[in-house]
Amino acid sequence: MKLLNQSLKYLSIAILIIVALWSVVFYYSMLHEIKDAADEELENQKRLIIQNTLTDSIIIDKKHFDESLYTIQKVGTNEALAAKDQYFDTTILMQDDDDENPEWEPVRMLTSVFKVENNYYQLNIANPIIEQNDLVKALFWNIVALYLLLILSIILINNIILKKLWMPFYKFLEQLKSYKIENAKPLAISDSNITEFNDLQVAVDQMNQYNLNAYNRQKEFIENVSHELQTPIAIAINKLELLFEDGQLQNHQSEMLAETHKILLRLTKLNKSLLLLSKIDNRQHSELTQVSINKLVHEIKDELDDYISSKNLTINSLKDEPLFKKMDNAHATIMILNILKNAIIHNIENGVIEISIEKNQLIVANTGIPKSLDQDKIFNRFHKGNTSQSNTGLGLSIIKAIANLYALQISYQYRDGKHFFIIKF
Amino acid sequence: MKILVIEDEPQLLQNIVVSMEKEKFLVETAIEFNQALDKIFNYDYDCILLDVMLPNGSGLDILKALKKEGKTENIIIISAKDSLDDKLTGLDLGADDYLTKPFHLAELTARVKAVIRRKNLQGNNNIILSNVALDINNRLCLVNDSLVHLNRKEFEILCYFALNINRLITKSALAEHVWGDHYDDADNFDFIYYQMKNLRKKLNESNAQISIEAVYGVGYKLILL
Repeated sequence: MKLLNQSLKYLSIAILIIVALWSVVFYYSMLHEIKDAADEELENQKRLIIQNTLTDSIIIDKKHFDESLYTIQKVGTNEALAAKDQYFDTTILMQDDDDENPEWEPVRMLTSVFKVENNYYQLNIANPIIEQNDLVKALFWNIVALYLLLILSIILINNIILKKLWMPFYKFLEQLKSYKIENAKPLAISDSNITEFNDLQVAVDQMNQYNLNAYNRQKEFIENVSHELQTPIAIAINKLELLFEDGQLQNHQSEMLAETHKILLRLTKLNKSLLLLSKIDNRQHSELTQVSINKLVHEIKDELDDYISSKNLTINSLKDEPLFKKMDNAHATIMILNILKNAIIHNIENGVIEISIEKNQLIVANTGIPKSLDQDKIFNRFHKGNTSQSNTGLGLSIIKAIANLYALQISYQYRDGKHFFIIKF
Repeated sequence: MKILVIEDEPQLLQNIVVSMEKEKFLVETAIEFNQALDKIFNYDYDCILLDVMLPNGSGLDILKALKKEGKTENIIIISAKDSLDDKLTGLDLGADDYLTKPFHLAELTARVKAVIRRKNLQGNNNIILSNVALDINNRLCLVNDSLVHLNRKEFEILCYFALNINRLITKSALAEHVWGDHYDDADNFDFIYYQMKNLRKKLNESNAQISIEAVYGVGYKLILL
């Protein structure tokens, strides 16, 4: 869930609780105010009625609530002396202007006792107040309206203001999403006036610098190791060669030494491939020129002629449309060399290689083991599809590394018994 | 023939010395910058093998000093750096050849001999092996003065062996020298076998007094019959 919506969710719950609590409090305080006002009114009326009875004794006995909403009854002395002024809620039968028949309506009632010429009278004054149900209903709808208004405003505020406030964050996030350590581009830090975002950017940038350094050290390390290994391996190979020249070896000794010699050659090749890979990864390339892929393919194919004929392979050129790409000539050569060598090495005796150069892609297909390779893994370093001993497992990784460097797409397919390698330029 | 090897890696130095001595060269060594300068300016050598990275100085500075003094020794740079810039700088400073470490001993021998031959023979570049004559410039092979047709690869193989008589040339050294770096994938060296078979057949049929023998399955050597 997006931060915006999440905050909206929590805010609406919080506001709902606050508004509900507030409405209860508001209801009771309203009710209290209404009754207070009613009581004051009753008190006033009481004084008026008592004054009136002193001047006009006709009204001294009034048994029913009519339009004037009060009753006066004579009471006994004892009762009168025990009585106090009392305010309370009750209902009386009344006809409101919207009622067809008299109904029981809520009223605030004052019961008081007064004395006229040694007689005690009880006075009941009623003051109609708003029905509580009506109050609750009115309040409820008002609260709902208020609540909806609040939520709506929050959504608006969120969408307009918060989105604007979070803009630097989302921009930064986009950068992080497309970030690749191999590209080693420093993160563009946008200057926002929000401290947290600036802190975040600085923190991520520091982390990035640290990782970049570690990554570069790692790459350098691989390159240095390969470099440092070259000479000792070469010395060992040379020593073996000198030993072979002495020519006084028993058969089984020479066999073992020949094996060792072969393994050392493999080690040299592996080392060279690693060195090449780290050079490509380190983006060490000289100037870019417009390279004719067609020309390169034909040249390299001719150079590999003895390889091809030693396996008795047939090469079919299916298409030869002009294809050019701006790249380092050495890289283009290595890439095409490796893709052709791959097609030769993993081919079968009397096999076929099909080369198709199209407007925007190079396809090399070869016969080989009759099953599809794992296309997720074949471009990984040291992934070995077969058990070929002298194969470094780096050839396709080198192609991939160069493809990455020039943003070319490389893919693999297996169909009609052939392995297709496709480079999209 | 006197050769000076300037190299600070003792085992590599030893390999080079042993290999050069097999070619009947008189070999002297220097393992650091000042010793190297000392020897260069006190003695004359037919060829100097020069490592670029040396203790106490750079091999390129030795080249500069030689150039300044007007000494025209045959110099082959042997460097661990496979960079074009270094190569061009070295050749610019008067080096005759540039070999990247690691290298095959056969390759080094061939380069040393080629450099010496180029200086000494002045144009007439023939190699004579018993009754076989190789005309390097015109790429011709003559056995008993009659022409034997060799294809480009066969001729290059024979030349390489001619510069390494009686020495082992491993298949990988041969592949690298004749077929180029592209063939370093030692998946199999069958393609060498086919060329060798044809070459041996041609030499045999023309009664050449040389023979190329297989050595322990790792390579071949040329012997004079």
